Amino acid sequence: MIETLQLYFQYPFVRYAMLVGVLVALCSSLLGVTLVLKRFSFIGDGLSHVAFLAMAVAAVFQWTNNMPLILVVTIAAAIAVLCMGETTLMKGDAAIAMISVTSLALGYLFMNLFSTSSNISGDVCTTLFGSTSILTLLPEQVILSSVLSVAVVVIYIFFYNKVFALTFDEDFSRAIGVKVGFYKLSIAVIIAVIIVLAMNLVGSLLTSALIIFPALSTMRLYKSFKAVVISSAVLSVLCAVTGMLVSIIVGTPVGSTIVGIEIIAYAICVIAGRTLVRA
Amino acid sequence: MAQITCKNLVVGYEGQVVRDNINFIVEKGDYLCIVGENGSGKSTLMKTLLSLQKPMAGEIIFGDGLVANEIGYLPQQSTVKRDFPATNFEIVLSGNLGHSSFFYSKKDKEMALDAMKRLRIDEFKDKCFRELSGGQQQRVLLARALCATQKVLLLDEPVSGLDPKVTAEMYELVKELNQNDKITIIMISHDLNDALKYATHILHVGSEIFFGTKVEYLNSELGKQFTSEIRNNIICEFCGKNISK
Repeated sequence: MIETLQLYFQYPFVRYAMLVGVLVALCSSLLGVTLVLKRFSFIGDGLSHVAFLAMAVAAVFQWTNNMPLILVVTIAAAIAVLCMGETTLMKGDAAIAMISVTSLALGYLFMNLFSTSSNISGDVCTTLFGSTSILTLLPEQVILSSVLSVAVVVIYIFFYNKVFALTFDEDFSRAIGVKVGFYKLSIAVIIAVIIVLAMNLVGSLLTSALIIFPALSTMRLYKSFKAVVISSAVLSVLCAVTGMLVSIIVGTPVGSTIVGIEIIAYAICVIAGRTLVRA
Repeated sequence: MAQITCKNLVVGYEGQVVRDNINFIVEKGDYLCIVGENGSGKSTLMKTLLSLQKPMAGEIIFGDGLVANEIGYLPQQSTVKRDFPATNFEIVLSGNLGHSSFFYSKKDKEMALDAMKRLRIDEFKDKCFRELSGGQQQRVLLARALCATQKVLLLDEPVSGLDPKVTAEMYELVKELNQNDKITIIMISHDLNDALKYATHILHVGSEIFFGTKVEYLNSELGKQFTSEIRNNIICEFCGKNISK
């Protein structure tokens, strides 16, 4: 087993994959708490489908470095859903559902109509479930992912108090003069960046899991917001590393293995939470 | 100069006027109760006072050292999440965000602790918000409002859903803040009994608008009409039948 790992870690792309995996897991868990508590759990799903559409378009035009396009499109969609969702005619969840299915359908359509690849269903499967994509990251993508992840973490630390206040009570924050609109916009942008990053790791259908599972798990255990945020970050990194190692050893798809581990962690947290309450 | 002056204020949302021609003045240390039926525009007026929405016409003038966004706000209970994982200290501390930059200073933390002591909830500092009773949660949110301001507090139905004993405690606390700390109180309530017990001024919002001191209100036609309805309700309650509900 250890030999297998040693063999794999000789390759730089495996080391890149691990690095990106850890960073992505770390930032995707950060805003999970906010999204779950704000009843926005599904936003990850909706936006990752938008990212899938952008990816399909990039594939049609055969751009290998597709991250910038995907980022721009996803950020635009995030702003549309999070910041305008409340004021316009449509409720947030309906807007998410609509954007989500529209982009999924269009993405698949584009891939089928224009793709030059001989294995369309393989390509689609890869983008949706991320099977091997983390191992095929280009060095530029690794650098971009790392920079973005670090930026997300730093911004999150600086905005932490604002994020807390906005999550807890938006009206109160606005009443005491916090620039709620600006912070919501920032949060939307960060969420979009996180989703694009998370797609590299687990594929677009499973990004939601990476975002919400750590938060849901640790909310069972801790009573303070800070403890929930920190522990969900730790849990997320642990699950991602375990998942990646397992997938290397057993040869399972990376994305679904990580999500599987997250589910196990959630179950453990639920049981632990119940026993602690009783004790 | 008065702390808050509303001149010919028109409030509403999405282009619909909910209530117009609202005129009133709040001086430092006043205890103003805003009463009126459901749907009379109390909440819309409140949101406008808090600068959560813009007045449709007319103006709100802040004075006597008060600026906009310096009104501490206690929201209606239903709007706060019950399952939120946060300690009470974290919540009270967030009241400081209006005047702090990225991180909380030592002074912010002292202020939060002081507010909790004043409302006698410092023993729950590290407890989780969702573990507290309704009355205790209200006090936590009141402490948060105190961190935001020491001048004006706006309380939106602060006792709805609380039992009579806790309701009385809550009113006493607010009275203390008003009398000892000279904090101006603006309270939205549909419970006129309590409004009349504690308030110095009444703003009645409805198809007719009344603003004046409590005594003026009791002697006005509108006040007599509204209070007699309540008197009838009380009589019914005494008979064991509450026909109003």
